[in-house]
Order: sequence, then C-alpha cells, then structure tokens
Amino acid sequence: MSNPAPVVDRAPSTLRGATLPKWSPFAFAGGSVVLAVVIGLVAGLDSKIQWGLIAGLLFLVGTYGISARVEGRRQAKDRIATGLVWVAFLIALVPLISLVWTTVARGTKVLDIYFLTHSMGIVTDNQPGGGIYHAIIGSLEQVGLATIMAAPIGVLTAVYLVEYGRGNLSRAITFFVDVMTGIPSIVAGLFILSIMLIFDMEPFGFAGSLALAILMMPVVVRSTEEMLKLVPNELREASLALGVPKWRTILKVVLPTSIGGITTGIMLAVARIAGETAPVLLLVFGNRFINNNPFEGAQQSLPLYIYQQYANSAGANAAYDRAWAASLTLIAFVMILNLVARGIARWKAPKSGR
Amino acid sequence: MAKRIDVSGLSAYYGSFRAIEDISMTIEPRTVTAFIGPSGCGKSTFLRTLNRMHEVTSGGRVEGKVMLDDENLYGAGIDPVAVRREVGMVFQRPNPFPTMSVFENVAAGLKLAGSYKKSELSDIVEKSLKGANLWNEVKDRLNKPGSGLSGGQQQRLCIARAIAVEPKVLLMDEPCSALDPISTLAIEDLIGELKERFTIVIVTHNMQQAARVSDRTAFFNLAAVGQPGKLIEIDDTERIFSNPSVQATEDYISGRFG
Repeated sequence: MSNPAPVVDRAPSTLRGATLPKWSPFAFAGGSVVLAVVIGLVAGLDSKIQWGLIAGLLFLVGTYGISARVEGRRQAKDRIATGLVWVAFLIALVPLISLVWTTVARGTKVLDIYFLTHSMGIVTDNQPGGGIYHAIIGSLEQVGLATIMAAPIGVLTAVYLVEYGRGNLSRAITFFVDVMTGIPSIVAGLFILSIMLIFDMEPFGFAGSLALAILMMPVVVRSTEEMLKLVPNELREASLALGVPKWRTILKVVLPTSIGGITTGIMLAVARIAGETAPVLLLVFGNRFINNNPFEGAQQSLPLYIYQQYANSAGANAAYDRAWAASLTLIAFVMILNLVARGIARWKAPKSGR
Repeated sequence: MAKRIDVSGLSAYYGSFRAIEDISMTIEPRTVTAFIGPSGCGKSTFLRTLNRMHEVTSGGRVEGKVMLDDENLYGAGIDPVAVRREVGMVFQRPNPFPTMSVFENVAAGLKLAGSYKKSELSDIVEKSLKGANLWNEVKDRLNKPGSGLSGGQQQRLCIARAIAVEPKVLLMDEPCSALDPISTLAIEDLIGELKERFTIVIVTHNMQQAARVSDRTAFFNLAAVGQPGKLIEIDDTERIFSNPSVQATEDYISGRFG
C-alpha cells in the first residue's frame, strides 16, 4: 500500500452544492410514468386519465423528495415549480391534441376534391355524397364582407383613441368598445334580425355579415389600440419636428411601423367570427344549394353546415362524416389565415438590418 | 438663410404647472447657442417652445413671444407645421424611422412634408448625408434599414434628415448624450460646419461640450424642485466660462452647485 494522499483540511466550498445530473427530470418523469402504469394495472384502474394523474402526482412528489434530500430545499422548490409548469403545459396540450387528432381522423374520411366542389343540392342529409362548396362560398363572402366593414372602422377608431382622443368622448368610446366586446353573438344576431323584421326582409348573407361585423369591430379596435400604443412617441415627434402634418405622420410613420401587429389582430378577429354559428343561423338561415349572391336569398356557412349536419340528420353516419370534414376545413381555413397573418407580420416588421 | 430668434417674456406650462418663467433672449443667425443647467430646469422645454413642439405634449401651453426674424411663432394664424419646417430638431435619442431605409429616412421630410422634384431627391439626400458627414459610411447601403446603423451613425442620420428640409434654425436636444466620445466628436465637428448655414441651438449637460462648440451660452436654473426654471444669464461662451456675471453660474460651472 502506498501512502494515502495527505488529507488536506479544507473548508467545504460554500458556493458549490450537490446537484442532480441534468437528465434527472427526464428520469423522474420516465420513472413516474412506469410506476403509474404498474399501479394502474395492479389496482385495476381502467381510466388512462387516472394513470396520467397518478404519474403527474408521482413526478411532483418524487422530484421534490429526492431533490430536497440531495440538493436542499431551495433547489427542490425550484424544481417543483418547474415541474408544475411542465405538468400544466402537458395538461393544456391534451385537449388541443385530442381535438386536432379527432378532427383529422374523422374529417379526412370524406374530405376530397369532390366534397370541396359540390353542394348538398342533390342529396338529402342522411345520404352519403354531397359537399360543402356552397358553405365555403357563403363563409368566404359573409366573413369577407364583415371584414371589409369592421376592419377599417375598427382601425380608424383605434387611431382616434390613441392619436386624437382626449377627455370624455374617448373615455366613452373606450367604455362602449369594452361593452361591445362582451356582446354575445346571438344578441348581435337578434339585433340585426329585429331590423330585418321591421323591413320585412327574408334571410340573406349580408345580414349575417352585419352581425359578424358588430362582433369583430371591438376586437379589432382593442388589438389595434395596443399596437399603436407600442409605437414609440419619439417617432411621432421626429416626424412632427420635420414639419410633417399629424395626419401624414400617422399614415406614413405610425401605421407602417405597427402594420404587422394590426394585421395579426385583424386576422385573429377574422378567425373568431369565422366560427360563429348563432347569428348566421338567425340571419342567413342555411341553404342546400349554391348561392353566390350574399345580398339576396339564404346562404350556407361552414359552422352552420356543421351544426345542421349534426342536428338534422337523425344519426346518419354520412352526415356525421360530412360535419367532421367541414370542421376540418374550417380549422384549416382559420389556420391558413393565421399563417398568412404571421407571414405579413414578419414581412412588414421593422427591420434591424444587421 | 439662417434666421434670428428673439424671445420675450416666454413662459411654458404643463397643465397648470409652470415649467419655465419669463424667458427673454436673442439668438443671432449663424451662431451656436448652448443651453446649460441642472436637470429639470426647463432647457429642453424652452428648446421645444422654439419650434412649437412643446404643445405636442398633452397639456403643453405657452405664453409670450418668439420672433423668428419678424414673425411671431405664437401669433394668430401661424401654422405650427409650417413653423417646424423652418425650425428643425434633433432629439436626445437617435430616432430613425424603423420602416424606412437610410435613403428614405433622409428623404422623409421632403416626401412627407414638402414639395420636391423626383429628379432632385437623390441629390438632396446625397448633399444632406455629406452635410452630416455620413455619406462615405452609408453610400453603399442606402437601401438598408436606417435602424441597422450604429448609434452615432443613427444620430448623424437624424441630423441629415433634419437638414434635408433646409430649415433656417436647427434645435438639438442633448444630441450626444447617448453617444461615445468619438461619435460625439464627429457631431461636434459637424455642428461647427453647420453653423455656416443654420442658426443652431443646442442643449447639453456637458459643459466642455458647450465650451467647445458654442459662441453663446445660456445658463438656466430653478430655485427649487417644483418651481419654474428661469434664465439666469446669457453671454458669450468665453465670458460665461471665465468670468460670469452671476454667482450661481460660476458655482454651477465650477461644480459647486447644490
């Protein structure tokens, strides 16, 4: 035996403590899942949700216990906070993934070119076949017209509130915009319906657009307002100090600087109204045939189509398939709009140029 | 081209708060006048009253007279937008328009405010950038975003933008306070060149800078926080820094303030 290394009498570092290896959270997660499966099988629990909850609980408790032993209580608290955030995130993902999965799985059954290019004109609700062409046309026209009305009014209102509004008038507008944000869609529909009844009108697409515009406007105002407030005051002053009139400053400096965010806000508002069913049901009524004219006669729209396929078909599978396919189309429509909005936002965003 | 500024009995308010009180001074054309004084004494506020930018702030209000040659800026029927075309301004923090290229930034004043001939535009931009000593650094990247330049370059870009509209007077609100010494030197040299063409008023916290660049220096002070700021004295820079006539000025300059 060689001489043992001389024992250096050194105080333990106060800056360095024991740490769990980097992979330990994954090990804990894996371990608790395995343990939860074992517990579930042994106890004979059928529900996978119970398994998941047990796994989550084991993960949090285990992490805290082991970390507190090895690393101390402060690190254990840090880890449990991180763990909670992750568990919450996963729980939030469950419905999202489940929704997308179900819609894709069921929606792709009948979704094809034929489905997208034909109406329900020659089939009844409980027969297979038919399509959503008339609903797509209706949705595009109603939502498009609503956007054409609501977006400019909303943006201009926001410009007034941020750039010009002072005192009571602007406070009143802000208040009423807030109230409008809370209007249930069916109430907006009833409002337009009451006007239609006064003039004794039949349902038509544009009436739906009006109700949708009422729902969309406050959302556009709010988001645009926030975007305009983000534009630094220095830019406005720089422009004014050059002798640029205020309206041109707003048009050429303030709006271009915030156009990306404003577009995103409008697109999100469009996505919101594209899924509205209640006012469309009241005002546009629904139609089995293709009607390209939003100003005369009942039209169809995607959300209304989904509802009617489910409600009127008396349990026919063909109708359910069509409803799911239409749902998938609607989700895809909203998703594409979002992507377009992001594209525009990135393209128009102020560039750093480095 | 440069014009004389003649201020008399000027007070400025934020709402009911009086920020500066009863200021009178004359600023000769083709000179550099520096404003010095402690923070909050109203130098910047006073500067902003000279091109009617003060009233852009909510609650901003001005009493008194500012004569630009023989026209009162606060007279009846005066258009503040027209005033700002004659009296340009450079701000403390460089603020190029983020959506615009270097070229568009310099051309912004002309394009958005004035009348211009398309054929002249690139000449004016080149002349302004040369005037701001920036041309050599950016001539190959005129179409790149203005916000991609360094801080000092951005500030010179803002100066180029301000002089492109050919103002008569150029106001500078601490133009170097966000810049390093080398960029500061570049801007100070530039001020020396620009005074051949413009009347220049500069607010600065840097007394050496005031001594270096200005012909006349005005000292502002306030009696206490919450009191309005006042003009203590204005005199030739040399006199202010060697033999001021008011004790408070000497205290401030020699660092015995407060």
